[in-house]
Amino acid sequence: MKSRLFACTVLLAGLFSASAGAADIGQIKVAKGQVSVERGGQVIAATPGLRLQATDVVKTGVDGSVGITMTDNSLLSAGPKSVLALEQYAFDTTTHQGKFDATLKQGTLAVVSGKIAKQSPEAMTVRTPATILGVRGTEFVVSAETGQ
Amino acid sequence: MRSLLAAAALALLLTACAQPPSRDTIVLLPEQGGKPTAVIVNNGGKQVTLDAPYAGARTGGAEPQAYRSSDSDVKAQFGAALAAQPARPRSFQLYFVEGSDAFTDETRSTVEQVFAEIARRPAPEIAVVGHTDRVGTDQSNDALSLRRAGLVRGELLKRGIAADSIQASGRGEREPLVPTADGVAEPRNRRVEIIVR
Repeated sequence: MKSRLFACTVLLAGLFSASAGAADIGQIKVAKGQVSVERGGQVIAATPGLRLQATDVVKTGVDGSVGITMTDNSLLSAGPKSVLALEQYAFDTTTHQGKFDATLKQGTLAVVSGKIAKQSPEAMTVRTPATILGVRGTEFVVSAETGQ
Repeated sequence: MRSLLAAAALALLLTACAQPPSRDTIVLLPEQGGKPTAVIVNNGGKQVTLDAPYAGARTGGAEPQAYRSSDSDVKAQFGAALAAQPARPRSFQLYFVEGSDAFTDETRSTVEQVFAEIARRPAPEIAVVGHTDRVGTDQSNDALSLRRAGLVRGELLKRGIAADSIQASGRGEREPLVPTADGVAEPRNRRVEIIVR
C-alpha cells in the first residue's frame, strides 16, 4: 500500500512538475517538532518564515504541529501526523476574488477562513479523502482518519 | 488514437492513486463577536449543515451524523492543532492630513503601535492596503488607493522593514470604513490600512 502510494506520488509529481515557479501564497508562522513541506518532489524542512506555494504539501511528524497564515489572512494549523495539501490558491488583493482548495489527507486541522471566503463563500473548500466542506463562516476544526 | 491511449493510461493511474475514504470529524467553533457562521459538510452526496457553535458531524457510516460537541471535546481532539494557530492578523488605519502625504498626529502614534506589533511576531509580514472615498471613478480610485499604499510602503522601508515582507495593494472605493453614497467626500475613507500578520 505504502509503496504503491509512493510510486503514484512520484509518477504524478513528474506529470505536473511543469507547474513550478508559483508565487507565495502564505507563510509558516509556527513549527513545532517535525514539520516538512513537499514541493515538486523535494522535501523542505519547515521553519517559521518559510513561504508556501500552491501545490505544496505540508506534513507533520508524530510530535509535530504547524501554523500557516495565508495571504488572504486565512489561518490553517495542523496537529501531529497530519498531511495537508494546498492544492489551489489564487487571491486578487484589489477585488478579493480568489479560489482556495485545500485537502487534509490525514490528521487534524483548525481553520479560520480569510478574505477569499468572505468575498465569495463558494470560493473556499476544505476536503478530506471522503468529505467536502463548504466554508460559509470562519472557524472550524476537522479531522481525517484513514484506515491503515 | 495515441492521445486516447495516453488519456486512458492517465485515468487508470489516477484511479489507482485514489485515496481510501476517511472517517472524519468536523466541528464548527464559536465566532468571535458572535457573527453568523456555517460549514456545509458533504459526504458521499449526503449533506449536513453546521450552523451553531459546537455543532459537529462525524462521517464513516452511510451518511454523516450530526452531533453536539463541546469545548472540552474539541480541546481533547484538536488541542495541538489549535495551539499551533498563528496569531490573528491585526489591522491598523492610517490617516493623512488632507491634501498632503503627512500623517496626522494620531496616526504617528498608530505607526508606533504597528512597529510594536511587528516586533511581537515570528516571521512578520505587512500588507499595506490603500482605500479611497467615493469621489471619482472606480478606475481613478484604484490608482489613487495603490499610490497611497505605495507611499506608506516607502515610509515603512525607510524605517527598516525588509522590502520582501511588505506588499502594497489598492482596494479603491470597495471597502469604505463609513458607507456613503457615490460621489460623497469622506475623510475617514481616505486611508491606508496596515495589516500585520
